[in-house]
Amino acid sequence: MDHPPALTTGTTPHRPAGPRTLHRFANPGRFLRATARVMPFLWGASILVLGVGLAWGLWFSPPDWQQGETVRIMYVHVPMAWLAMGGYTGLAVLSVMSLIWRHPLADLTARELSPVGAAATALCLVTGSLWGKPMWGTWWVWDARLTSVLVLFFLWLGHAALVRAFDDAERGARAGAILALVGIVNVPIVKFSVDWWNTLHQPASVTRLDAPGMHVDILYPLLTCALGFTLLFGTVVLARTRAAVMERRVRALQFARARREDAVPA
Amino acid sequence: MTRKKRRLMVLLLAGLGLGTATALTLTAFQDNLVFFLSPSDVIAQRPTGDRAIRLGGLVETGSVERRTGADGRPAATFRISDGPNAISVTYAGVLPDLFREGQGVVTLGRLLPDGSFRATEVLARHDETYMPPEVADALRRSGHWNPSQGAAPPAETWNTAPRNGRSGG
Repeated sequence: MDHPPALTTGTTPHRPAGPRTLHRFANPGRFLRATARVMPFLWGASILVLGVGLAWGLWFSPPDWQQGETVRIMYVHVPMAWLAMGGYTGLAVLSVMSLIWRHPLADLTARELSPVGAAATALCLVTGSLWGKPMWGTWWVWDARLTSVLVLFFLWLGHAALVRAFDDAERGARAGAILALVGIVNVPIVKFSVDWWNTLHQPASVTRLDAPGMHVDILYPLLTCALGFTLLFGTVVLARTRAAVMERRVRALQFARARREDAVPA
Repeated sequence: MTRKKRRLMVLLLAGLGLGTATALTLTAFQDNLVFFLSPSDVIAQRPTGDRAIRLGGLVETGSVERRTGADGRPAATFRISDGPNAISVTYAGVLPDLFREGQGVVTLGRLLPDGSFRATEVLARHDETYMPPEVADALRRSGHWNPSQGAAPPAETWNTAPRNGRSGG
């Protein structure tokens, strides 16, 4: 049996938490109660926004003058790329919270975030490959953008594996947080690779200094899909974190009962 | 509080060190990180020997000649330009669908002694503009843009243009 989990009771763990700080949510009971109320709304909003965005993008938006219908791969590819990078930035923030403030929920959220982030990055790579073949004429090239996204995928996988590789969950979380913070240097490389070096991948269309290089009839469904996928991503991570908190509770209760039964033999 | 501050300082210092190391490494490997060379790079560096290189740029307007090679396969000759310089390219094989005059391409091949380039692979680049066919047609008809002459006009001139009431593709 492994070590007694840190998040066990409904009371404040080890320090008084000010009502305005994030430590308020370090209290797992309060976290579960607060999120239980918003979960149905989050699921509803994710499904609604994503449904509207995908229908708009896949059926009711125009093709591209050059790429034709193939451009619709973008409505999945681009949100996945943003989530891969944005999610990783979130992982780095959680890692800072974990290393400096020893926030226990940050550890738990980071642990539940990385498999979802790895899935988003994998989808970004797969849809990109499917898009590259008809448009560029190749499934894959080792240019700076594609290679740095592949590195990002391995960082996600590495984090997911590392935090689970220790018997002591806290040591795993510490190692994972350090890996995540080392890997954050890759995020600006992914983002700016298309500007710093010449690549087969084209530069950014939406986040440019001047107007987006995209017609509004293509841009708006893309932004809706991005919002929908982001909501879904956040909701899935939150649901996983809630499940992890509850799992720990169950384990703690089992642990406590086992100890009671040891103490009072039947 | 002091322990938290110390941990924060250690993280900041480590981040600074890691960032500097990464920036220096990337600068040092600049030449290896570029995916292709422009015609100006190739003319300046004159890559010698049998090393295959990637040459990229825009397909020069009016330079594309398609023919059928001796073995019955399609072949093409065109010039790749980056503005100041251009290099003549020969290629035997099927060109990608996006290949056209004014389009960005990246070719893999060898520089011949006469300064021309023999490509064994041609990949099409596409630029960062996305527009519906109706809007592209309107720009062409009004003379604002000829796709074979180069990039689309500034995005703010067309990215909210109406699509003549047509909905859906």
